[in-house]
Amino acid sequence: MADSTSVAKRSDAHGEDETRRDFLYLATGAMTAVGAAAIAWPLIENMNPSADVLALSSIEFDLSPVEVGQSVTVAWRGKPVFVRHRTAEEIAEANAVDVSSLRDPQSDADRAEKPKWLIQVGICTHLGCIPLGQKNGEPKGDFNGWFCPCHGSHYDTSGRIRVGPAPRNLEVPDYEYLTDSLIKIG
Amino acid sequence: MDKFLQIPIVQWIEYRLPIFSFMNESIVVYPTPRNLNYWWNFGSLAGIALSLQIVTGIVLAFHYTPQADLAFASVEHIMRDVNYGWLLRYAHANGGSMFFTVVFIHLFRGMYYGSYKAPREILWMLGVVILLMMMATAFMGYVLPWGQMSYWGATVITNMFTAFPLVGDWLTTLLWGGFVVDNPTLNRFFSLHYLMPFMIVGVVVVHLWALHVHKSNNPLGIDMKGPQDSLPFHPYYTIKDMFGLGVFLLVFAWLIFFAPNLLGEADNYIPANPLVTPPHIVPEWYFLPFYAILRAIPDKLLGVVGMFGATLILFALPWLDTCKVRSARFRPFFKMAFWLFVVDVFVLGWVGKNPPEGMFILIGRIASIYYFAHFLVILPLLGKFEPTRPLPESIGTPVLKGGGEMPSGAAAAKMEKS
Repeated sequence: MADSTSVAKRSDAHGEDETRRDFLYLATGAMTAVGAAAIAWPLIENMNPSADVLALSSIEFDLSPVEVGQSVTVAWRGKPVFVRHRTAEEIAEANAVDVSSLRDPQSDADRAEKPKWLIQVGICTHLGCIPLGQKNGEPKGDFNGWFCPCHGSHYDTSGRIRVGPAPRNLEVPDYEYLTDSLIKIG
Repeated sequence: MDKFLQIPIVQWIEYRLPIFSFMNESIVVYPTPRNLNYWWNFGSLAGIALSLQIVTGIVLAFHYTPQADLAFASVEHIMRDVNYGWLLRYAHANGGSMFFTVVFIHLFRGMYYGSYKAPREILWMLGVVILLMMMATAFMGYVLPWGQMSYWGATVITNMFTAFPLVGDWLTTLLWGGFVVDNPTLNRFFSLHYLMPFMIVGVVVVHLWALHVHKSNNPLGIDMKGPQDSLPFHPYYTIKDMFGLGVFLLVFAWLIFFAPNLLGEADNYIPANPLVTPPHIVPEWYFLPFYAILRAIPDKLLGVVGMFGATLILFALPWLDTCKVRSARFRPFFKMAFWLFVVDVFVLGWVGKNPPEGMFILIGRIASIYYFAHFLVILPLLGKFEPTRPLPESIGTPVLKGGGEMPSGAAAAKMEKS
């Protein structure tokens, strides 16, 4: 008899404790989650580009030595940037295309601020190989631009994808003309 | 737990790999002496410290270059360029100190309460193996930044092996991969520094396996005689360990954010120079007592033997201490001897920190002799002659007779077991 009442009392006390315990439980859990996130953050963030890598993220390039019909490859953020001094025929060819018929519709004017200078990242948008066509004698593909030998993507004289598996045109990096012949990429 | 085991997918897995019942038995209902005090927190803290070192170490290796010409610069690159690199490096460097602090306390706790005595000798010896592996890992890790202290610390420590007769020079050249500490040494130390923590994890698993056979010792040093002497590990000791972790992290955070170089040597921010030795070579603080023993003995080979012997003698501790009573609570003279030994280790550390001249030489010698005398003379004698106090009949008796009632969790665990 005495035993059963004391048991009943205890479970009552337990019931009153319930909300307090829930609160403590949730507060502990929330604090743990915040702490875990704070510890995880630097462990992940350290993998992003470090300050010395970011410091190299823009370069200047002087266009004046590049002759008409000549291509130059510049390293920017470790990637090849194709700089091509296009001939009048190439510009005309690029403008003659019906933009709406392209896989990644883009007019030549959108891709080259000054028509004679085409500046683009020389990485195939399929799986990251470097297309051929920069050097004399290299295959330029069916559209007289660039040809990616890995999986057969053909780019035209504006660097737009025409045939092959690549989904997009060659990327045009951010660049600006500091003077008439000096550009800053990135 | 019972409800959880009824879930079909859990049953499916459990039938093939009984991992849930294993976890339940080892960290949930696992019977733990009900009288453990805070000194029993340091085992789990050591495991956490090891995990933190592995995590921060793996991430640091993303950015570090183990090449003699580039190593120092890559560490500075981590400090200045890598996002949160300073935090990761300070956490790893101070994490080593935290790890040793926690492990030393764990070790002294084992000594005070006689945790090395039967049937826990192998458990204890595995702990000593872990300590030795930690020392090797910490030493090689300290070499990696390739500063002056790294280089000359590596030179001094590896030169110890030349003390061994006949094979000494051959062994040292083998360790170096050259005629001095150089790039090949750095490369292999990096490889081994990365490997050994995982080997330590392996030994820790066996250490825990041995622990779970006869369960934890406790402040009374007497065996658990039944469910009335124990509490389920969860929630009683999980929450206590979490609280201990909070205190640990407070100290750790203070070191990292307010005194990150407190325990380091300024000379290690000077790039390694094989042609100039720094005026005063000191190892990291956790090696100082051993370093003091090395310097106390005026003989090359015996000094090295003394230094290694200071750790290796711990393997013999279960047989040097012949007293059947485990806990120092019931051994008044052992208790005094224990505290004298602790003081002695601190004295050795203090001597190790100071240059070997004047009174430090004498103090170092006395303290070194006392260190070994504690194990080889005092403990065997105490085992023979010490009058011990009577032991309580069980862990639960003093608590339960005091009028307290059994916590509901313990009762539940008891029912679950039967």
